[in-house]
Amino acid sequence: MKRKSEETNDPGTTGHVWDGIEELNNPLPRWWLWTFYLTIIWGIGYTIMYPAWPLITGATPGVLGYSSRAEVRADINAVNAANAAIDQRLVSAPLASISNDPELQRYATAGGGALYRTYCSQCHGAGAAGGPGYPNLLDDDWLWGGTLADIQATLAHGVRWEEDPDTRYSQMPAFAEILSAEEIGQVAEHVLAISGQEFDAAAEAAGKTVYADNCSGCHGDGGKGDQGQGAPNLTDVIWLYGGDREALTTSIAKPHFGIMPAWSQKLTPLQIRQLAVYVHQLGGGQ
Amino acid sequence: MVDVILLSLLGLVALFSSMAINFAQDLAFQVQGIVVLATSAFMFIWYLRRIEPVPADPAHPAPRSYMDGVVRAGVIATAFWGMVGFLAGTYIAFQLAFPALNLDLPFTTFGRLRPLHTSAVIFAFGGNALIATSFYVVQRTSAARLWGGNLAWFVFWGYQLFIVLAALGYVLGATQGKEYAEPEWHVDIWLTIVWLAYLAVFLGTIIKRQEPHIYVANWFYLAFIVTVAMLHVVNNLSVPVSIWGSKSVQVFAGVQDALTQWWYGHNAVGFFLTAGFLGMMYYFVPKQAERPIYSYKLSIIHFWALIFLYIWAGPHHLHYTALPDWAQTLGMVFSVILWMPSWGGMINGLMTLSGAWDKLRTDPVLRMMVVSIGFYGMATFEGPMMSIRAVNSLSHYTDWTIGHVHSGALGWNGMITFGALYFLVPRLWNKERLYSLSMVNWHFWLATIGIVLYAASMWVTGIMEGLMWREVDAQGFLVNSFADTVSAKFPMYVVRGLGGVLYLAGAIIMCVNLWKTAVGAAPRVSSATVPAE
Repeated sequence: MKRKSEETNDPGTTGHVWDGIEELNNPLPRWWLWTFYLTIIWGIGYTIMYPAWPLITGATPGVLGYSSRAEVRADINAVNAANAAIDQRLVSAPLASISNDPELQRYATAGGGALYRTYCSQCHGAGAAGGPGYPNLLDDDWLWGGTLADIQATLAHGVRWEEDPDTRYSQMPAFAEILSAEEIGQVAEHVLAISGQEFDAAAEAAGKTVYADNCSGCHGDGGKGDQGQGAPNLTDVIWLYGGDREALTTSIAKPHFGIMPAWSQKLTPLQIRQLAVYVHQLGGGQ
Repeated sequence: MVDVILLSLLGLVALFSSMAINFAQDLAFQVQGIVVLATSAFMFIWYLRRIEPVPADPAHPAPRSYMDGVVRAGVIATAFWGMVGFLAGTYIAFQLAFPALNLDLPFTTFGRLRPLHTSAVIFAFGGNALIATSFYVVQRTSAARLWGGNLAWFVFWGYQLFIVLAALGYVLGATQGKEYAEPEWHVDIWLTIVWLAYLAVFLGTIIKRQEPHIYVANWFYLAFIVTVAMLHVVNNLSVPVSIWGSKSVQVFAGVQDALTQWWYGHNAVGFFLTAGFLGMMYYFVPKQAERPIYSYKLSIIHFWALIFLYIWAGPHHLHYTALPDWAQTLGMVFSVILWMPSWGGMINGLMTLSGAWDKLRTDPVLRMMVVSIGFYGMATFEGPMMSIRAVNSLSHYTDWTIGHVHSGALGWNGMITFGALYFLVPRLWNKERLYSLSMVNWHFWLATIGIVLYAASMWVTGIMEGLMWREVDAQGFLVNSFADTVSAKFPMYVVRGLGGVLYLAGAIIMCVNLWKTAVGAAPRVSSATVPAE
């Protein structure tokens, strides 16, 4: 393209005027045009290298043989291959012996941590401190036992997860249908007493009898709970659904029915093991 | 005869909407029905009262000057919806930093207010700006009054009704869950009718133009109107579950639906926010600078390249998804090739100032337009870069995307619209000048600093969360949980909210300035309304 008036630097206009607007006859800027050409050439090259042009039953595969799925698969396979030996050791080691092998313990904790952050932190919290309705995993107060084997079983089969026949299952009756409101109030006073809180002495005396008749079967005579059936300890100050008078009355009248999924439906035995080791070492493992 | 048809139509709409209210299967449909009933009843009475018993006096033929009433209304609507959209955006920005602002009410949760914000700024603010300026520009550059008589008013009011129906639907929970295409089927049908009327008015005016050639701004406006009609219809193909309810089922499913959605979504950016606003740029920049367009040749080449390439770029929104690799590759390649055609508009805008650069010192309105072109150039470089698969693997799903969109929307679309409004108001209300240039200056700096805070904070959080998501330890285990990234972003979310406050403050100053200009004294010496030739 010839630049016709380089000397005068006046390209002239197209001769049209719209509402006072004119248009100069400047040529396309060279750098603009060449960059445009370069991107087109690059584009043609790129579509030769990578899967690009649709055909009747598929598309051109590209000379590099690239596939985003194959790339991900290769990445995952590389990690799996690198960890194959230690994975094998972790699956086959007796549970109790894992902590004797520092390398294995470190590996399982790292893997369990990643799994925890992906699958567990939504309910139990990023720091595992739990919240109302979701147990704290940092302390040594366990509903279904705190040994490695107990934790692994809870993880694999869940809590009240009815699709899994081996799930941890227990159900506290709704005492609103069994006891009178007065009796529920009395037994709540008794629980306040055994957990070291302020209580009404007169009501508590009656509540002691109600407790012995209705509650001690699961929670024990002294209220220490029973991990065999997931009955919480009532004498410590750790509460899943709150421990004041109002919360206790609600929990007795219409108990909660917390569930946790059976993770063996989603995770491999290796991953369950990693998670069990991770949760066990958080602080409360027994 | 026309009166009878129109009145019967209005009566039918009123009847149908009262049935809709009665049989409505969800609250959104019912409330929307009430709005439609009230509107059609009002229109019926209003229309009945203004019917003249005798034919119009032949001594008073139809006016032949430019039709500026509808442009004035469009300017007011643009400023109004702009405030609504900016306010909603600032509020939801703070919701992300302080979740308590969700207020625990379904109507005020982020999930419902976010589409309210995006639709308010893109379709209500941007759409009204495009309709108003296109009506102004097409008349001036065609030397012809708008075609179709009061059809232009139908477009204006019909579009406002669409906005109100869509907004009510979002807040009351009716959405088809497609980004930037959230309104349900019945609202979509109404928009289609309004949009075809818009096309008719615009095209009719071009056809009856007195100028031998069609000005470049009108190419862009026309491309915008035609393509948006096509995108809107195809992406919203769906089957209503019941004609008395807002729920509908998309005709496409799975990855086909995703691809259709992002074909639409990306070209909403390409044709609504780029082509349409380039139309604005091609008129208001040379007018304000009083300089000729830099290169006619460049405008032709970059127009056709832009129109041809943009439509293929959508798949870059679906990198590393179920979309086949070949489609991802094509989306990426076309996006990268799109870089120079996009920059053609920037060059033509900036170079139009050659010989008039000194005006930037004295004219804050021109400065606003130039900065908008600068942001346009930045956003249209950043976009192709983010479409590259490897870059996208870091940027996708992060706040970087949000920052990119906003440097385009706040910087390019917002600033060029503000410039056009400052240009239009004195002319439309027949005033000598703007009420205050120093207020324009304040607006300019508040908006610019606001955009910088917004874009910079989103770059920081976006890249940070992208890196945190992909961080793995030596054995390949993920290091961070999602919640870790959320809490790490908090300080930048506050900075982003403050950026929004500054931008909103600038817009409030603009509204005051425009209002004072319109109601102020100091009429123009020569009439702004030049009769069409």
